[in-house]
Amino acid sequence: MAVEPVPNINVAKPARSTPQSRRVLDAILGLVGEILITAGLVLGLYVAWQLFYTDVLSGRTQSDALDKITWAEPVRVPAITAGGTTGVGAPEPSVEVALIPEDLKVYSPAGAPVIAEPAEATTFATLHVPRWGTDYVKPVSEGTDRDRVLDKLGIGHYTGTAMPGAVGNFAIAGHRTTYGKPFSDINTLQKGDSLVVQTESAWYVYTVTGSTIETPEYIAAIAPVPGKPGEVPTAASITLTTCHPKFSAEKRFIVWGELKYWAPTGSGYPSELVEQP
Amino acid sequence: MIYPWIWRHLPGPRWARAITVALLLAIVVLSLFEWVFPWVSAQLPYQDQTVGGQ
Repeated sequence: MAVEPVPNINVAKPARSTPQSRRVLDAILGLVGEILITAGLVLGLYVAWQLFYTDVLSGRTQSDALDKITWAEPVRVPAITAGGTTGVGAPEPSVEVALIPEDLKVYSPAGAPVIAEPAEATTFATLHVPRWGTDYVKPVSEGTDRDRVLDKLGIGHYTGTAMPGAVGNFAIAGHRTTYGKPFSDINTLQKGDSLVVQTESAWYVYTVTGSTIETPEYIAAIAPVPGKPGEVPTAASITLTTCHPKFSAEKRFIVWGELKYWAPTGSGYPSELVEQP
Repeated sequence: MIYPWIWRHLPGPRWARAITVALLLAIVVLSLFEWVFPWVSAQLPYQDQTVGGQ
């Protein structure tokens, strides 16, 4: 409002705006300005909440869910890392890790213990992905409702799809960004990578067979035979779905895998969790 | 307009009003974080990760 210091500025345009109407206009503009500033602050808060605070909150509820399932095997620091070239100084002391003996592994879904589908939002399994770090372990809970499962508990199981180890398609979804982002590095998975699922009674080791990027309507991704709806399954498959590209709803990133073997819990760790991918 | 009005209508001396304002602000931010933002986020499609129109 830098106006030249002309004397008697009010006299310059006396007919157009009386002081009264000018005051009303000022009040309206002031009100609009305050509303806009408030809206800007709220939007800024929303972005901060979505990008950072959801990770904090969801990370907490996810680790709580992991703590609650008493049978989940804790992650072990593998002895093999001592031979890595990245180590500075003395190699870390080896940690003895019992591996599942070969004769307990069953290289087929036959005889695998398959748990019944639990109630929504019940955590029934853990997922280990060696490609995402030997310390990557996340809870898997029933359902794919955003508010009740995916935003709070992380990875969710598509209701009605097969359970771990069963013939059919064990289909799970997870956030790629925000809310603890369990599938943030899904694009780094390669053919042959292991996806290890643990339930109370068994380990299920799946191998990645491929990935694809499809539209959100591509429901064939979670069909009993992945990508081929209507066919009768003979294998135990796994499907991971998440959004693509990051921060977008445009496409879905889908990773498929097939069961390599299963083994009962209590006799050691799958070697896939110990070896470097 | 809104904010000066609130300030004028708060009771007590200046420091008491400041505390009330801080409290009100905390309540607003908390309710946004707890209820409003989670609801808004679930309405927006940008975070969806499922197939089949959930």
